[in-house]
Amino acid sequence: MFICVDDDQLDNVFKALSDPMRRRILDRLAKRPGQSLFEICASSFAEDGRSLSRQTISQHLDMLERAGLVQTHRSGRTKMHTFDNAPLRKAAAAWLNKHLRKGSAT
Amino acid sequence: MKIYIMSVFVDDQAKALNFYTEKLGFIVKNDIPLGDHRWLTVVSKEAPEGTELLLEPSEHPAVGPYKSSLVNDGIPAASFKVDDLEKEFERLRHLGVEFTQEPMDAGPVRMAVFDDRCGNLIQLVEMAEGR
Repeated sequence: MFICVDDDQLDNVFKALSDPMRRRILDRLAKRPGQSLFEICASSFAEDGRSLSRQTISQHLDMLERAGLVQTHRSGRTKMHTFDNAPLRKAAAAWLNKHLRKGSAT
Repeated sequence: MKIYIMSVFVDDQAKALNFYTEKLGFIVKNDIPLGDHRWLTVVSKEAPEGTELLLEPSEHPAVGPYKSSLVNDGIPAASFKVDDLEKEFERLRHLGVEFTQEPMDAGPVRMAVFDDRCGNLIQLVEMAEGR
């Protein structure tokens, strides 16, 4: 299957993944979808033992959202965040896989 | 100097009074008519002489944006301490209180968050130690 992903989209995905805090946020959202900013901050503090400011976490979320890795929806009046792995699949199909397939010639 | 009063901005004082007393179990400390509104404070049964919570009208133009921004990010407007979070969570849920966050660990505390139906999220906290 050929998937068309331009370099900008790939850049956004790889840039979003290039920070341990953002990867951890994704891990937690994958484990428990639909979390508010407040909940993400609280669980970051609980699980990492260090607290980042809401401002910092909010910026991380913006970057993940731009890359399409985080989708948001509303629960009542609260904005909830959920992990979406579609951009990872696209990045794999568009670039990673061609180097992962054994013996594949490009 | 002592902290004797804190407030939450409520959309409707009558509705808030009902929620904070009937559901949460606080008792009225002061209820004084004040123009269109009331000076309405509640205290915990466990600490009737303790800090009062003022159920303050939301009519100032800054209050709407303030409250909705907090709710948007899931941030509680006030936090109350309980001895047994699971028990309180079950009790309130049976009374029809809507939790936006079920009990979870948050470092030195366990916490949950519910909607007071007056425009605020409220946090319940159980200290992990010292019970």
